[in-house]
Formats: sequence, structure tokens, C-alpha cells
Amino acid sequence: MEEILKLKDICVARGKKVLGTFHSQQAIDYGSRLVGGVSPGKGGRTHLGVPVFNSVKEAREGTGAEATVIYVPPPFAGAAIMEAIDAGMPLVVCITEGIPQQDMVKVKHKLLRQSTTRLIGPNCPGVINPGECKIGIMPGHIHKKGRIGIVSRSGTLTYEAVHQTTQVGLGQSLCIGIGGDPFNGTNFIDCLEVFLQDPKTDGIILIGEIGGNAEENAADYLKQHNSGANAKPVVSFIAGLTAPPGRRMGHAGAIIAGGKGGAKEKIAALQQAGVVVSMSPAQLGSTMFKVRPERCTQELVYLFHGSRAL
Amino acid sequence: ARGEFPSFPISPPPLSSRQTGTNGDPGRWIVLKAQILAGGRGKGVFNSGLKGGVQSCLFFSPSVVGELANKMLGYSLTTKQTPKEGVKVKTVMVAEALDITRETYFAILMDRACNGPVMVGSPQGGMDIEEVADKSPELIFKVQYCNICNSICVLLGNYCTLWISQAADQIKRLYDLFLKVDATQVEVNPLGETPEGQVVCFDAKINFDDNAEFRQKAVFALDDMSESDPTETEAAKWDLKYIGLDGNIACFVNGAGLAMATCDIIDLHGGKPANFLDLGGGVKEKQVYEAFKLLTADPKVEAILVNIFGGIVNCAIIANGITKACRELELKVPLVVRLEGGYCTGGATATTLYPYLCSQLLLSLTTPDLCSFVSHASFLAFLAP
Repeated sequence: MEEILKLKDICVARGKKVLGTFHSQQAIDYGSRLVGGVSPGKGGRTHLGVPVFNSVKEAREGTGAEATVIYVPPPFAGAAIMEAIDAGMPLVVCITEGIPQQDMVKVKHKLLRQSTTRLIGPNCPGVINPGECKIGIMPGHIHKKGRIGIVSRSGTLTYEAVHQTTQVGLGQSLCIGIGGDPFNGTNFIDCLEVFLQDPKTDGIILIGEIGGNAEENAADYLKQHNSGANAKPVVSFIAGLTAPPGRRMGHAGAIIAGGKGGAKEKIAALQQAGVVVSMSPAQLGSTMFKVRPERCTQELVYLFHGSRAL
Repeated sequence: ARGEFPSFPISPPPLSSRQTGTNGDPGRWIVLKAQILAGGRGKGVFNSGLKGGVQSCLFFSPSVVGELANKMLGYSLTTKQTPKEGVKVKTVMVAEALDITRETYFAILMDRACNGPVMVGSPQGGMDIEEVADKSPELIFKVQYCNICNSICVLLGNYCTLWISQAADQIKRLYDLFLKVDATQVEVNPLGETPEGQVVCFDAKINFDDNAEFRQKAVFALDDMSESDPTETEAAKWDLKYIGLDGNIACFVNGAGLAMATCDIIDLHGGKPANFLDLGGGVKEKQVYEAFKLLTADPKVEAILVNIFGGIVNCAIIANGITKACRELELKVPLVVRLEGGYCTGGATATTLYPYLCSQLLLSLTTPDLCSFVSHASFLAFLAP
């Protein structure tokens, strides 16, 4: 996962003409180094000022790209991820919502048996290192380079957390959307591991929702690895306290099934791990501001003195 | 690849001897099962007074079957898994009853912890598997699917070769079915044995992956919407993810997480959400308009909260869809709109919306800040108790 923190370099976009084009242009405007596109049958052309290749393998060989973002529609997205893994792409970000669960089970099967490729998503907004590199559909302008790591199953709730941490002046070190599907490439623990080891991340915001037990697993991980004097503050919000059981609440993974996966249990597990759980998504920034460590305050003081217009 | 399902489904009008579809001899048992999309039928109650959604009777003549069926068809059956008022029974399955000497429980389902399909089973089948899970969890096993089914068959409580070979065959077929129809769950309860040593899937429930609809057209064509909320059915036509809830404050949101959170916010401040609605990232103006139409048509809705944080979504699309709806539908309930992100400035969109909203409503506000949105939500909750 370390490659994401260093990621300012290169990225290849692949996908449907309109959506892929729109977001690729946004990425270029943000400053991400987009070096190529993949569109089978259209190799040799140029689009948005970069070369287009027929396959991910050709693109990687032709550009040395280290990451790829997939906007391919659901019927073909699973195969697109497989192709990127076969091409040895270190980072694959899949935005697509609606991939059949069976397809993702097959992808996971392949992912777990190799160690070159990291998949983020699917059904996620992507990953952003504010000010450096944006891979995905998040609105770049709400981000601010800073000290808080954000990991979330929900795209729009990530934007809320980002907006609020920007407003209180803390900013973000790295924001990772792991997506709302039941089978995905990266989970909470993978991201917490990065945040806990990153010297530039002082606090963590974890946004979960009903379904599965990823939040409970994250709570266990935090109990073991984030306690004591050097513990980094973790603030969380869990969506779906009002969700009726047995219904799929938008996300394929957001379902309380067989009495398991409810928000109450997740909140309790996280609180037992020392996480400060906000009952409202509107208080993520203010809560993190309250629990921020001393070095955050020093940074803010420095910023205030450095810039009168804060 | 399906298991053995002895079935002769029938439906209204009331039975005549020609319609039973079975040539059972007098003296054989017939079973009638109400066909509703909920479990717990065995212990359910009809509002005709008949107790039990699964009835059996000795087949002396077709009229016996007809009499029982007439106490089920057209009546509501209430079970542990239905709403309080029950579900109207439109179809009853009539089948030859087979003797069951032993009932086991077997299911295949997608499991996140195992990164794929798992098999869950218990030698204690029949009704109330939830109770078995609660009281005797040691009787339930869970294993990842593998090609060696024999060990699973033993776990289902029988070591005899005849059982093992047949049950293993059934399990393989069920797994093939699970994959073929893109199921997220195939549950057979009971997977039973007859006195003759036959292994039979006496009942099954299958959950299908909605994401696979594009390649499971035949399966989804079988979808019976009659037990669904009509608003949900209408919303699905417009590709809107809508789920009806009990309250009176409607939600209109982009993004599933934010949509769930908006319902949570309403509840946190003492109100009751009327619905969950995720417009989705690629929403078009027409869908915005239709969604608004659906919300305003709901008589129990007394206020509407619009909460949008655009990532893919362009706020101008939302604003235009809402203003068109407000103009045409004569909105009478208070509306709070919050638009943020999405390639527009909050101010510009507010200017578009404001003239329309002001002239027609009791209360309207546009606010980009989630905090002030929340405080307006609590005001609405107070306004529409």
C-alpha cells in the first residue's frame, strides 16, 4: 500500500468514452500524471494528449504506468480487473458500481494468490493524495493537503468528511474509498495499517455502514495496533442505524442479513476499541478537531502565523 | 441442474376436479403450500381463521383439496417474516406429499469472510433454523465449497452410502444452480430423506444477485412485483434506488451512504424518515423529476429533505429537475435543499432554485453546509411530528 502514499507519478485510465474522458480530463486538470488510455481496437490513437493502447499490458510496456483506473461498465469490469492483474499493474482502482458478486469472487480468488497488484474498489470513488494525485471521481477542489487519513465504504460520506476536515483546517493526508460492495480488493485494515505507519497522518476518520463485519474486524485491529500513548485518534461514523433488515440499501454490501451486520453492533465494537463514534455525519470534522493530537495544533498555529488570511 | 421439486402450481379461480392436476389415488396424502415470498409459513395464520400456511390432507377426492385451498386463496397469511397485516395469497402449490423420515438443513451462500461461496448445514432441518442457530449453534456447520461433498453429507447426520451418494449429487447440482443463476443464496429446508431412501429437496428459497440482472433476464422476468411496495416498483422503472419506510419526512439524496445517513440524521433529531432514496451518480434530469413526483405523490410525506454532495453528479441537473417538478406539481410541503460539490457553486444553484421555491412553499432554504442542514432537518422533524 505504500505506493499510494508516494503516488504522484503515473496513471492510466480505461473506460467508456464519455465517463472515462470526463474524469480523465478532471484528473489531468488536478495534476495527476495521466500517461495513457486503454481502449481495445483504438490503439495507436491519441486522446486528451496521451496515447491510446489496445490493452493494459501494452499500455504498461509503452508508458511504465504504475496505476490504472477502470470505468468499464459492469458486464465487462470483472474481466478488465483480471486483465490489469495479468499485466502486473501495481495499483488498480475500479470505480464501477454493479459488478456481479460472482465476478468479484473470481477476481478476489486471483488477487489473493499474487502479490504485485493492489485493487481498490470496486464501487468506489477512488483514491486521492490531496495536492499530488487524484485517481477517481471525487471533486478535487474540496480537498486540502493536511494531516487526516480518511477511509470509507461510501463515496458521498467521504466527501462530507473531506469537506469538514478542510473547513476546520486539518486537511487530508490520503483519502481511500474502499467501496460499497461485499467483495472488494482493499479493506479497512489494509488502510488503517498505512495510516498508522504514515508519519504524515495524525488522525484517522473511518466511515462504515451496515452489512458484513469489516468494521468489527477493523475494531479488533485497532485494539491490537493502536493503543497506548502513541495511539492516533480515530473518529468514525456508521451509516444505517435506521435501515430496515433484509433490504439492500443502495450498496450491494449494505444489507443486514440473518440478524448480522447492523450498525449498533459496529458502533459498539469500534467504541470498545477507543474509536470516537459520531452519531451524526455532520460532526466528523469538528470531532476530529476536538481529539486532534498536539502536533496538529502546532501545525495549525504555524499555518495561522504563516498566513494571515486563514 | 435443479433438485427434485414435485410441484403442480395452481392459482385462482377456485378448484374444480379438472384443475387439481394430480391423479393421486384416494388414500394418498396431498400437501398444499401458500406461495408467498416469506418464510415461517408452517406456523403462519390466515385471516380466514385457518392455521398454518402449509396444509396436508388425505386425498379422498379433489373437493377435499379444493375446500382447503379456498380457505387459503385470496386470504392474507401472517408469519414471523411478513408485515403484521400479512401477505395476500394468490397462488397455492399442490403436491403429492412424500413421507419424510429425516429433515436436514442445507444452504449455499456468498460469504464475505470466506471470500466466496460457503455451504451451511445442519442435521436439524425442517422449521425454525433460526432457533437452531440460537439454541444449538454447535449443530450448524459452515464450510467453504469444495469438490468433496461426501464429508458434507456425513455432517448432515447420516453415514449410510445411499444417503451420501444421493445427497452429494444433490449438493453438486445445487452448487451448479447457485452459479448458473447468479444466486447469492440457495437454501433448502428441509433437505430430507424418504423411507425409501430417496433424497429430496422439499422446499427452497433462492436469493438472486441484483447486479447480475443484465445476464439473468429469464430469472428476473419471473419477478412477481405484487408483494412489493408500488412506489418501489415505480421507482425501479426509473432506475432509482428507493425503499419505503414508515415516516413522514422524505429524503432525496445522491449516494447510498449519504442517503442512509440522511435517514439517520432525521431519526437522530426525533423525526421519522419516509424513505431511503439513492439517485445514483449518473442521474439525469428526467429521473430527478420523476423521483420528486414519486415523493410528492406519497400522502404520508409532510416534508422533503434534499441532500446532495456531487461527485459525479452535477448539481445543476438536480436543481433543474427540482424546479421543473416544483413548477408542475404544485408542491405543498416544506422543502429543504442542500447542494454541495458537483461542478457548480452553491450560490449559483441557489439562485436558480430560490425564486421557484420561495413563491410556492411554506419554508425553503438552500444551505451548502451539512451542519446547518442538520439543524433544518431537526426543525422539520419538529414541524412534521
